Amino acid sequence: MPQYSLTVNGEPVTVDAPADMPLLWALRDLLGITGPKYGCGIGACRACTSHLDGAEIQPCVVPIADCAGRQVTTIEGLADGDHLHPVQQAWLDCDVAQCGFCQPGQIMAAVALLNRTPHPTDADIDKIENVCRCGTYHRVRQAIKKASGHH
Amino acid sequence: MERRKVIVYALSASTLTLVAPLGIRRLAQAEAAQAPAPGDPHRSDVVVVGADEEKLVLEVTAANKVRVRLPRAEVGQGITTAVAMMIAEELDARLADVDIPLADARTDGGNQFTGGSSSVSSLYDPARRLAAAARARLVTAAARQWHVPAKTLRTKDTTVVAPDGRTATFGSLTAAASGITHPDVPAKPKPAAQHRTIGRPTTRIDARDLVTGKARYAGDLTVAGAKPAVVARSPKLGGTVVSVDDARAMPGVLAVVRIPSGVAVVAETFHHAFQARDALKIKWSSGPIATLSDAGIRTRLRAALPPLSAAPRGSTPVKGEFEFAFVSHAPMEVLTAVADVRTDRAELWFSSQTPVEAAESVAAAIRLPAGKVRVHVVRAGGSFGRRLNYDAAIEAALISKAARRPVKLMWSRADDIRHGRMRPATYRRVRANVKDGRIARLDHDATSVNEGAGHGLDLPIPLGAWRSVDSGTSRVAEELILDEVARTLHKDPVAFRRTRLTAPAKAVLDKAAAGRWGRLLPAHWGQGVAVHEEYGSYLACLAEIDATDPRKPRVKTIVMAVDVGTVINPRGLEAQLMGAAMDGISTILHAGLHIDRGAVRESSFADFHYARQRQSPLDFKVHIMPSKRAPGGAGELGVPAAAAAVATAYARATGTHPRRFPIVS
Repeated sequence: MPQYSLTVNGEPVTVDAPADMPLLWALRDLLGITGPKYGCGIGACRACTSHLDGAEIQPCVVPIADCAGRQVTTIEGLADGDHLHPVQQAWLDCDVAQCGFCQPGQIMAAVALLNRTPHPTDADIDKIENVCRCGTYHRVRQAIKKASGHH
Repeated sequence: MERRKVIVYALSASTLTLVAPLGIRRLAQAEAAQAPAPGDPHRSDVVVVGADEEKLVLEVTAANKVRVRLPRAEVGQGITTAVAMMIAEELDARLADVDIPLADARTDGGNQFTGGSSSVSSLYDPARRLAAAARARLVTAAARQWHVPAKTLRTKDTTVVAPDGRTATFGSLTAAASGITHPDVPAKPKPAAQHRTIGRPTTRIDARDLVTGKARYAGDLTVAGAKPAVVARSPKLGGTVVSVDDARAMPGVLAVVRIPSGVAVVAETFHHAFQARDALKIKWSSGPIATLSDAGIRTRLRAALPPLSAAPRGSTPVKGEFEFAFVSHAPMEVLTAVADVRTDRAELWFSSQTPVEAAESVAAAIRLPAGKVRVHVVRAGGSFGRRLNYDAAIEAALISKAARRPVKLMWSRADDIRHGRMRPATYRRVRANVKDGRIARLDHDATSVNEGAGHGLDLPIPLGAWRSVDSGTSRVAEELILDEVARTLHKDPVAFRRTRLTAPAKAVLDKAAAGRWGRLLPAHWGQGVAVHEEYGSYLACLAEIDATDPRKPRVKTIVMAVDVGTVINPRGLEAQLMGAAMDGISTILHAGLHIDRGAVRESSFADFHYARQRQSPLDFKVHIMPSKRAPGGAGELGVPAAAAAVATAYARATGTHPRRFPIVS
């Protein structure tokens, strides 16, 4: 079986996996990193949203072979020790999460948006595709606006 | 209001542990509230039973933590936070010192039901009495240690404080307190006027775990040896396996087993499991409804309506017939269950609103005595009623038994949407007979698809109670007709509704409408209002919609006014209503399932259009009415009025009479 070396949340890791294994299952089933969630497996719900070399990806549709030698960041890699990332802090301040299952993906999508667009408009925020079945969208929007003050 | 007397007694000797039996009066009330209207039979196959007692256990640990094992499921509704607040209030504990783990399924019977918007109302008294009893014992223990009268002591921040400034943490007193049977101070909950925690907007106790990825759901658990499992299911509803060439030789595959719902693959990873599942060559029977589609279901539902009764003489009818599609629960976390079945016992981990019934059903399925199945209740990634049923747990147990190894079963999203469960398709007919400027008679009949219940339209389609159950559709039909009646009478919809409402319902309507109803709107925008009363609570919703493109409507504003009696956590209540608003927007405008020749057409969030950020209101407000009443229910309360307000707003914005939902399907 092929072997792939990559960096996950700052740590070098090597996994034995078939080339077409989605990054999501390499993270969850081989590395035990469970922050990225399975919600659909086709990149539609975006619950697994993480970053590859700083850009937003859906690990359920990115094969592990495409991640070799690259930097993967999941929700677990966002905080600096106990010091939350400003977007996580804004999420906490706005008490965004309900069931919380989509929230790692929502937060990673928001971080990617704020990296691209430090002061997003409502129209920019509307472009976020991540599904939240609890319907936390209004607080997601508030938290992004709050966090944008930090950028 | 009648209150069952709660008996509190000490259990263990080493630490203070108290147990409060809870009555299920509230449960009966919640069931009554959900009772089907005539002609609208109950369609869920959920059996909600239980002995008359259940137990809420409070423990004060030596490490100064207060732990209450909660006989409810946390599915995102915030019940753990609400109960932690009740406990912290009566104990004068810091909220951060209160832990609320979910209790395992009780094996000695008893009610452990999460549903019917009943959790807060059913726990409010017992939880506070339990904590007050613990406080009295802790205070008494400190008094005896310090040789001072107990009534001179105060409690604050998980600590007992003496007038001279001496302090002792609850943890340091717990051993002594456990031996106290007759406390020297009354074990009575505080009067509401002294509440400091109850009623204060509070962030979820698990918020930090949720934003850091630390929160664990069933699929995130590490259970020794439990391997990923998925099931190949029939393309058509109710289809069964005729033959299968199994894929045991595929890489990473550990087992392939037949279960009633299909063929299960157990593998090293979910990637291997899905690949092997897709490689299975299965011949399926076409199932019992292979030729049935939406149009046929609609025709049969309509035909099942009872005949309309005669209208009052001289009245003018205003009527409508309304069709509501099947709707998936589609919680973000698909059904997942970990099962470890041995020859003489079984242990399962999954989220369940009905873990006692689940354990019994699992035991029956794998032919073990009921007492030999242990069920650990795990937090859920949403539910909306879906986890009243325990389909995945039974499957996981069957797979584990057949494969002779622990398994972690996960439904795919396509499994979830194509195989239910779902809110049943419903057909409603409402007729208002107007005479002398008022509604002289209102007839509302409904039929819905039923699953094997022998009434309604009985079809083998997997159904389940969906947040707010019947009210989510009945309120919509009635409010649309009310608007149409108001129009024929040249009356303002708010003023017209006011003449028909009880005082608390009128109060929430006035609050929601104040300063906004009737304001000048841009062309192709519309306002709608609706009022709903259920679970001992009242809610009014005002919606404003921009239907410039009627195929791409955007709800711009939602204003809700709510009276739920005593509010535990206003921030949590607002969150529940925010979600309910999105359910209303989704089910009215975009989100529904289609049945095509015996199969569900949709299979993911790409075609089941639950609302996304671009469909959420930019302006969302909740007004909470002050109240001294005991808590009512809130979890489902917002859905009916939100759905109806969106529907009436769309009707006004477009000048149409919406009759089929979702409107943009």
